[in-house]
Amino acid sequence: MKGALTPAAAAEMIPDGASLMIGGFMAVGTPERMIDALVARGARGLTVIGNDTAMPGKGIGKLITAGAVARVITSHIGLNPETQAKMIAGEIEVELVPQGTLVERIRAGGMGLGGVLTPTGLATEVEDGKQIVEVDGNRFLLEKPLKADFSLLAAWQADYVGNLCYLLTAHNFNPVMALAGRTVIAEPESIVPVGVIAPDVVKTPGVLVDHLLIRAS
Amino acid sequence: MDAKTLIARRVAQEIKPGMLVNLGIGLPSLVASFVPASLGVFFQAENGVIGLGARPPEGMEDPHLTDAGGSFVSAVPGAASIDSAMSFGLIRGGHLDMTVLGGLQVDEAGHLANWKVPGKMVPGMGGAMDLVTGAARVVVAMQHAAKGASKIVPRCTLPLTALRRVNLIVTDLAVIEPTGAGLILRERAPGVSVDDILAATEAALVIPDDVPEMTLS
Repeated sequence: MKGALTPAAAAEMIPDGASLMIGGFMAVGTPERMIDALVARGARGLTVIGNDTAMPGKGIGKLITAGAVARVITSHIGLNPETQAKMIAGEIEVELVPQGTLVERIRAGGMGLGGVLTPTGLATEVEDGKQIVEVDGNRFLLEKPLKADFSLLAAWQADYVGNLCYLLTAHNFNPVMALAGRTVIAEPESIVPVGVIAPDVVKTPGVLVDHLLIRAS
Repeated sequence: MDAKTLIARRVAQEIKPGMLVNLGIGLPSLVASFVPASLGVFFQAENGVIGLGARPPEGMEDPHLTDAGGSFVSAVPGAASIDSAMSFGLIRGGHLDMTVLGGLQVDEAGHLANWKVPGKMVPGMGGAMDLVTGAARVVVAMQHAAKGASKIVPRCTLPLTALRRVNLIVTDLAVIEPTGAGLILRERAPGVSVDDILAATEAALVIPDDVPEMTLS
């Protein structure tokens, strides 16, 4: 862990055109202050990998509204009419991926695997253009790993070495994305001394985390 | 009784003691209120909780605890919070006993289409493809017809959700079991005749000698 940053300083590290994994499920467990700082910086041309695009005014929805996003890899855009409108207008490219496949592609990217074999998507539109692999008589789709320039995570607590823990349904994609971004920035709700988060409670070891966002003022 | 309540009450009878069940958003989510707590059933929300409970009292909501539709929920005693990889491991890996999903069309092969209307509605498949592929039992809960058109059709014209044959269809008119020998009419809704069902169904149905009336939870 390299230290704590202001949201604005973190947003300056992220160049236009970067690929970002952003944790959250309908904006629960999403790093909102990080997103606000990217909007304030006027970021453009981002590729966003996340479960969904939330809704206007929340989480990833704020990046969509601000025109910061060129491409989305996601499982669901149904509750954000702006994503759908921009997709139809050709302003945003959307790749729709089944949710379980999306998390496994991210896991494969972060854990050094060459891909995932899944039955999900066989004989549907998801199969188009993909390799089918037969294992012991069962057919699977080969789904390729995903990595990104940055992973932007939300956590409940972080300690001074970057260990993270999460609450309830705010885990979602965060622990998996922690391995798949070249630079990992976590936005905790509080930062506590080393030892406060017991080793058995740590879900993301601090060795994966490059930066924390400083506490909200 | 309105159509949705009827469907939910009939689907509730499919849920057996000790099951792990995933209810889709919308109509399927109504099923939970007709399942007695004494059954010891755990409901999964794929965003990250096993042991979904009722919405908390006004002002008592926890922003870290929502269902897959983003609504505030609680967790029952014995609940577990999980990340998205575990959540979809449960679903895809055959550990989920039952899923209840809405449908746009089901056809004579028992194939479900429920995620896309090309050119009109492209919300993304979310977790639907994984749920239909991986759950031990798939129950489709839907109105028999939409705008006068049968949703039970000879062959789906909308994009399929999965290759898998669903296990049961529960509508406001009938309970239908897809099998290798076609769609078998198992039950009639209260006050509905076999002829009423045949007239409202575009797909061919197999009619057993005895088609009893539904009993409801």
